[in-house]
Amino acid sequence: MEKIMVCLKRVVDYNVRIRVKPDQSGVVTEGVKMSINPFDEIALEEALRLREQGKATEVLVVTIGSADCQQQLRTGLAMGADRAVLIESDHDVEPLAAARILLKMIEKENPDLALLGKQAIDDDCNQTAQMLAALWDRPQATFASKLEVNDGSLRVTREVDAGLEVIDVDLPAVVSSDLRLNEPRYVKLPDIMKAKKKSIETIAIDSFGVDTTPAFAVTEYAAPPVRGKGIMVDDVAGLVDALKEKGFSL
Amino acid sequence: MKSVLIVAEHDGSALNPSTAKTVRCAQALAADSIDVAVFGSGIDAVAAQAARLNGVNRVLSVDRAENAHPLAAVIAPQVAALAPDYRYVFGPSTTFGKDVMPRVAALLGVGQISDIMEVLSADTFQRPIYAGNAIVTVRAPADGPIVATVRVASFRAVAEDGSASVETATTDATLPTHTRFVELQSDTGDRPDLQVANVVVSGGRGVGSKEKFDLLYALADRIGAGVGASRAAVDAGYVPNDMQVGQTGKIISPNLYLAFGISGAIQHLTGIKDAGTIVAVNKDPDAPIFEIADIGLVGDLFAVIPELEKQFGG
Ligand SMILES: Cc1cc2nc3c(=O)[nH]c(=O)nc-3n(C[C@H](O)[C@H](O)[C@H](O)COP(=O)(O)OP(=O)(O)OC[C@H]3O[C@@H](n4cnc5c(N)ncnc54)[C@H](O)[C@@H]3O)c2cc1C
Ligand SMILES: Nc1ncnc2c1ncn2[C@@H]1O[C@H](COP(=O)(O)O)[C@@H](O)[C@H]1O
Repeated sequence: MEKIMVCLKRVVDYNVRIRVKPDQSGVVTEGVKMSINPFDEIALEEALRLREQGKATEVLVVTIGSADCQQQLRTGLAMGADRAVLIESDHDVEPLAAARILLKMIEKENPDLALLGKQAIDDDCNQTAQMLAALWDRPQATFASKLEVNDGSLRVTREVDAGLEVIDVDLPAVVSSDLRLNEPRYVKLPDIMKAKKKSIETIAIDSFGVDTTPAFAVTEYAAPPVRGKGIMVDDVAGLVDALKEKGFSL
Repeated sequence: MKSVLIVAEHDGSALNPSTAKTVRCAQALAADSIDVAVFGSGIDAVAAQAARLNGVNRVLSVDRAENAHPLAAVIAPQVAALAPDYRYVFGPSTTFGKDVMPRVAALLGVGQISDIMEVLSADTFQRPIYAGNAIVTVRAPADGPIVATVRVASFRAVAEDGSASVETATTDATLPTHTRFVELQSDTGDRPDLQVANVVVSGGRGVGSKEKFDLLYALADRIGAGVGASRAAVDAGYVPNDMQVGQTGKIISPNLYLAFGISGAIQHLTGIKDAGTIVAVNKDPDAPIFEIADIGLVGDLFAVIPELEKQFGG
């Protein structure tokens, strides 16, 4: 393999407690910590390992988003990516539009593998990789927990509801990472310093000629119903009584 | 034309319960008809079972050798070929549906609504974002098919008392050979499936080892429960991945969920919000799981489980 394209999305850090704004117009994102989507960090780690094992020569990271995304691309460069491209957009793009833009990048860069996260933990859509594979008319291996590079193909272990499914996909292909694919490396300070010197290429999203206007209207954000705090019991007998009271006879 | 096409999930011999739950969601659309498409090879029994789902008008059986395994790249073009007759194309939000449906949507040139939890009107739906920490109301565009996955924990399965017709369907979609099934490694025994079990016994890092998980299996077998786990327990190798409950595992809705040695991280709680009653046993009185548990007991799981086993079923 030569080139691997890794798609990174900037999202609210997974440790942040999400709150819906009182006027239900969105969730509070002002002043909260932003990070690379955890699944994308795993995708990048996998790409870097493949390069380090001599199975790929170049790792390119791509983000669609606001100028603030430079921060996450820098982290990607500090982790070890060779190049970074920011496709600058002043509005959020839906997965189909993101896939259409990413396809344009693929046509431009000709990667052998596109590695994405299985889902962005903000919208939880779990769509972009599959859509990209469809538009590109190439194989998809979603929910990957193991990758093995063979001649012209990949053997991918996928985490599915029934267990682990193994499939072979011809290259080029789209793979989306699950949590157990690897554990991303910590970025060291010298690498952060070095990454500051690398440049980030910026492309205006409109230059691709793709309509990225959202198709769906999000009309309301609501807080989920809260489960009230229950009771505490002192011992197993108390637990069994409490269960009986709720109608369970086990 | 306001009809629904549902992509059935099955393992070659039986329907997955997620299909009957997707049908329940489709009924809320007040559509003219609901069709279920079954893709597989040698699937007469599965198609017959789909025909019994209450509310289904017609089953389309697409029986061909290439469909022997559920490969999204193979199934999606066939679904897309059937789609023009429908306003809605729905699948379950299981790993099967999550894999196939976005590929279908992209082939049709439309977006997808993931994880419908409620149907508000013919084009307006509720779905969770941020691991269920916010619920959004989404309106689909007026034209084009509405492609969606259905959050199965939000819907009860329809009964199997119907009698739809079964038709053999074919499509002229060209099927790719670039994706090949190798094998499925599955070591789920005969315990109830997590996604349909009435009672689920679940263990976390606090269980401590693969061997000690036997305690949970024994308790589960005693009361006919399914067994789940936290991500930490899966990562530590105590149990296989298909037992993981949570944001990136299974979203479940048993009547009773018993959590042992699970701290209650937000990503885990996402998977059990729809449980009827949540019981938590943890030795740390400050464990966050106690904030949402209906019944909490501060204690050592190794002392509690054997005692519970004595009290249950005996
Ligand atoms: C993007 C993302 C997605 C994730 N998805 C999931 C997911 O789907 N599902 C999931 O579960 N997690 C998920 N996680 C991980 C999650 O954040 C937690 O790390 C995980 O749930 C912790 O598992 P745990 O409660 O078993 O372990 P811990 O947090 O380590 O808790 C162990 C608990 O056991 C208790 N304990 C120890 N010994 C005993 C004893 N003898 N008796 C009683 N109690 C005892 C301790 O007090 C402690 O509370 C995800 C994380 C990320 C970043
Ligand atoms: N704006 C974006 N920029 C770069 N990659 C993205 C973007 N949106 C989604 N992706 C990729 O697609 C994956 C799945 O996202 P989603 O379909 O939104 O859940 C993410 O994990 C990313 O790898």
